Amino acid sequence: MSTELSEAAAPPPAGTGESSPAPSRRTFIATSAAVGGAVVASGTFLASPEEATAAGSAPSSRVSLTVNGTRRTVTVDNRTSLLDLLREHLGLTGSKKGCNAGACGACTVLVDGHRVNSCLTLAVRLEGAEVTTVEGLAEGDRLHPLQQAFIDEDAFQCGYCTPGQIVSGVGCIQEGHTNSPEEIREWMSGNICRCGCYVKIVRAVEQTAGRK
Amino acid sequence: MHPFAYTRVSDTREALGAGRRGGRYIAGGTTLVDLMRETVERPETLVDISGLPLREVTATERGGLRIGALVRMAEAAAHPKVRALYPVISQALELSASAQLRNMATIGGNIMQRTRCTYFRDVTADCNKREPGSGCAALHGHNRSHAILGASDHCVATHPSDVAVAFAALEATVHLLGPDGERRVPFAGFLLRPGSTPNREQALQTGELIQAVEIPAHPRPLKSGYLKVRDRQSYEFALTSAAVALHLRGGVIREARVAAGGVGTVPWKLPAVEKHLVGERPSEALWAAAAAKAADGARPLQHNRFKVDLLSRTVERQLRIVGGTR
Repeated sequence: MSTELSEAAAPPPAGTGESSPAPSRRTFIATSAAVGGAVVASGTFLASPEEATAAGSAPSSRVSLTVNGTRRTVTVDNRTSLLDLLREHLGLTGSKKGCNAGACGACTVLVDGHRVNSCLTLAVRLEGAEVTTVEGLAEGDRLHPLQQAFIDEDAFQCGYCTPGQIVSGVGCIQEGHTNSPEEIREWMSGNICRCGCYVKIVRAVEQTAGRK
Repeated sequence: MHPFAYTRVSDTREALGAGRRGGRYIAGGTTLVDLMRETVERPETLVDISGLPLREVTATERGGLRIGALVRMAEAAAHPKVRALYPVISQALELSASAQLRNMATIGGNIMQRTRCTYFRDVTADCNKREPGSGCAALHGHNRSHAILGASDHCVATHPSDVAVAFAALEATVHLLGPDGERRVPFAGFLLRPGSTPNREQALQTGELIQAVEIPAHPRPLKSGYLKVRDRQSYEFALTSAAVALHLRGGVIREARVAAGGVGTVPWKLPAVEKHLVGERPSEALWAAAAAKAADGARPLQHNRFKVDLLSRTVERQLRIVGGTR
């Protein structure tokens, strides 16, 4: 595979996205988020020296969107996916990067109320959009009924796919595709669980839908 | 992913201007962003057309249906008129991809989507579609999922769309808008067989924009449906598929529209099957005899010989599902 000059000027860390900052910054964000949510919630775009270089060498755009009820205005490299914006810039690491190709569903979020793969969504295209991630489902300390159902039904093992499963399940319930276990399975097929917890995932979605 | 400039357009004139200057249109982006990340696609400028007024499903004066290019797959599938008039379209859409992808991807983008051939997606492999003249690694490689119809020595990749198979069966028309105005292309002529130029996939000129796909009026009642056979029960591309639409009157098949997916380099219309059905009464023998013609002219590769029988059986089963027996 050929490497372009521009990519070399802004080397992404191995194993993460093309717009991901260096590992040191990941650690920094995680620490900040853990210590004081204010850093994350402020909406300030934190640029590391590496990123400042990246922004200077590759076309970037300014975009304003609402994430979990909070208005955010950020300047991003045009290549940045919504998933990377959430995880790397906004510190919302609930949405997971599984395949980064729209094949696993771990990155599922709601955009304007519809479930989508955030890994295939370019952040620059989201001007004015309303994004809801797994972090935005609970009301204060009260979990979303589907989150509670995942706990009650023990609907996960390793947990990596769980945020995507839950957000996708919320979308599935809103769409009304929950009339039978078979229908839930079909309409949840965009979310892969390598641990194989499908039986309990279907049960959690079914029970939550039934309570509505 | 290579860097690219990004521009959002708010009307078609602006879009066509950007398209003429070499900009690449992006709608749902589910294929394009994925392929850009693999550096298979390397557009210099993305022109975001999602704000254009091409999001309506409307009935045509002649009794057909016009589906705007920017209607999402999920919206098109659930549209009451689509469900009522052409179940084959709704079924093909809902058997495609995942709920998330169907919320993103559009009708125009769906018929523009590129092949899932693994060699096309691997920039280290030879692929005439991606790098003209480099060769075809699939021809003598892992070609289990590849085409048995419409292939050439230059390319054996299948077209991945399901709804395009329904459009082909129903003899849809693609409405295009370009610098020189509007034009309409029959669906059969819109997607191109590879021949010696597999890099050219659609009959589109530079900067042309898909406005809509129009389904012509068909005699009613029209029974129709889509059957998809694949390695997984859901969220997988077709090994074979069949779109069937039948109009029966007085117990006799008056019109038949049949096409197959997963087997051709483009959605594969089956005129020999259609011809065999018209004027006949539904029966098990009729379905079998008609479906036996489905794989006429098939040229299987080393690993996809099974598709020849699978295609006939898929068509036969779907004829039975749509047409019933006796």
